[in-house]
Amino acid sequence: MTYIELFLAFLHIGAFSFGGGYAAMPLIQEQVIDKYHWMTIEDFTDLVTISQMTPGPIAVNAATFVGTQIAGVLGAVMATVGVCLPSCIFVSVLAWLYVRYRNLSVMKGVLACLRPAVTSMIFAAGLMILIPALFPDGIAAGAESFQVRQLIYFSAALLCLRRFKIGPIKVMIGCGAAELLVRLAMMGLVR
Amino acid sequence: MSDTKEKRELSLPVRLRKLFFSTLYLSTFTFGGGYVIVSLLKKKFVDELHWIDENEMLDLVAIAQSAPGAIAVNGAIVVGFKIAGAAGILVSVLGAVLPPFVILTVVSFFYSAFKENFAVQAMLYGMKAGVSAVIVDVVFDMASGIVKGRDALLITIMIASFAANYFLNVNVVWIILVTAGTGALITVIRNRRGKGDEK
Repeated sequence: MTYIELFLAFLHIGAFSFGGGYAAMPLIQEQVIDKYHWMTIEDFTDLVTISQMTPGPIAVNAATFVGTQIAGVLGAVMATVGVCLPSCIFVSVLAWLYVRYRNLSVMKGVLACLRPAVTSMIFAAGLMILIPALFPDGIAAGAESFQVRQLIYFSAALLCLRRFKIGPIKVMIGCGAAELLVRLAMMGLVR
Repeated sequence: MSDTKEKRELSLPVRLRKLFFSTLYLSTFTFGGGYVIVSLLKKKFVDELHWIDENEMLDLVAIAQSAPGAIAVNGAIVVGFKIAGAAGILVSVLGAVLPPFVILTVVSFFYSAFKENFAVQAMLYGMKAGVSAVIVDVVFDMASGIVKGRDALLITIMIASFAANYFLNVNVVWIILVTAGTGALITVIRNRRGKGDEK
């Protein structure tokens, strides 16, 4: 049963993630966290981080990771086949239609409209990672649990990305290394 | 469609083998998202192997982008389809998916031990802020492109879909279906009008 659920959940993710890359994020979140509860937002955030540092699309990485965690290697195979199957079907049909009719104008129109919607949904998914990072006990808990260091890392990272055009992997590892140094320094002080 | 010279010279198994190892290699060493792999596919199959001509590749990339799914997988599918039909699709998807599959399976097996580690915990904590910044950076680029286009329809779609998704918790699939429907409808209307003007 789990195998079928994994297959269907990732089939759904594969069929509706238009726009590539981060576009799959809101869908993975919806299926894997909200619907099936296979993962916490914490694990999801780790998965996105790991995906950034390893080759391969987030959707395929998520399928393999969640599949293995839930049902071993066979689960990973089911989820990965599920996530790729809609692509194989849609792309082949579109390629065939293209070879036949060579008219992409409606497709381009649909894509032009989807782009802003996908942008918004990626932003919403990004907020789902950022807000718990800043307020681990929820916004309602307010200033008490507010993570000042996270705000500093976030601002510094954004500055490095936008102003100094430093690559995303370097920026992320930089943030991680900064926190590691801070924790080591704090341990040193405690001693 | 005119087949390029080299493509006709090579037998199907040779083409399939070359296709598999090319996509496998590109997928293993491509960090940083689908668009990178698409430009590498172009370099390999258009500039180096001359299996696909440049304009056709642009259209194939447009198809890869129009369909749902990961761009890297879709890119591999269009190239596989063009070079060797259904067998080509199978082989190139396998090549594209195998590297992330193997890597993530390994990561997944060690994940719980990995997560308990002091240094890893600290790194993951800090990297949360980094990942958020990367996402915000990507969104900023995408959104500023849309805003600069000054198309009222697209800006409305952007605001409305954010409100629907984030504040009203509308299912992502509904937002995509409604937006795609709107796009198709408007394109058809605009095309009709365009034709009317010509007459």
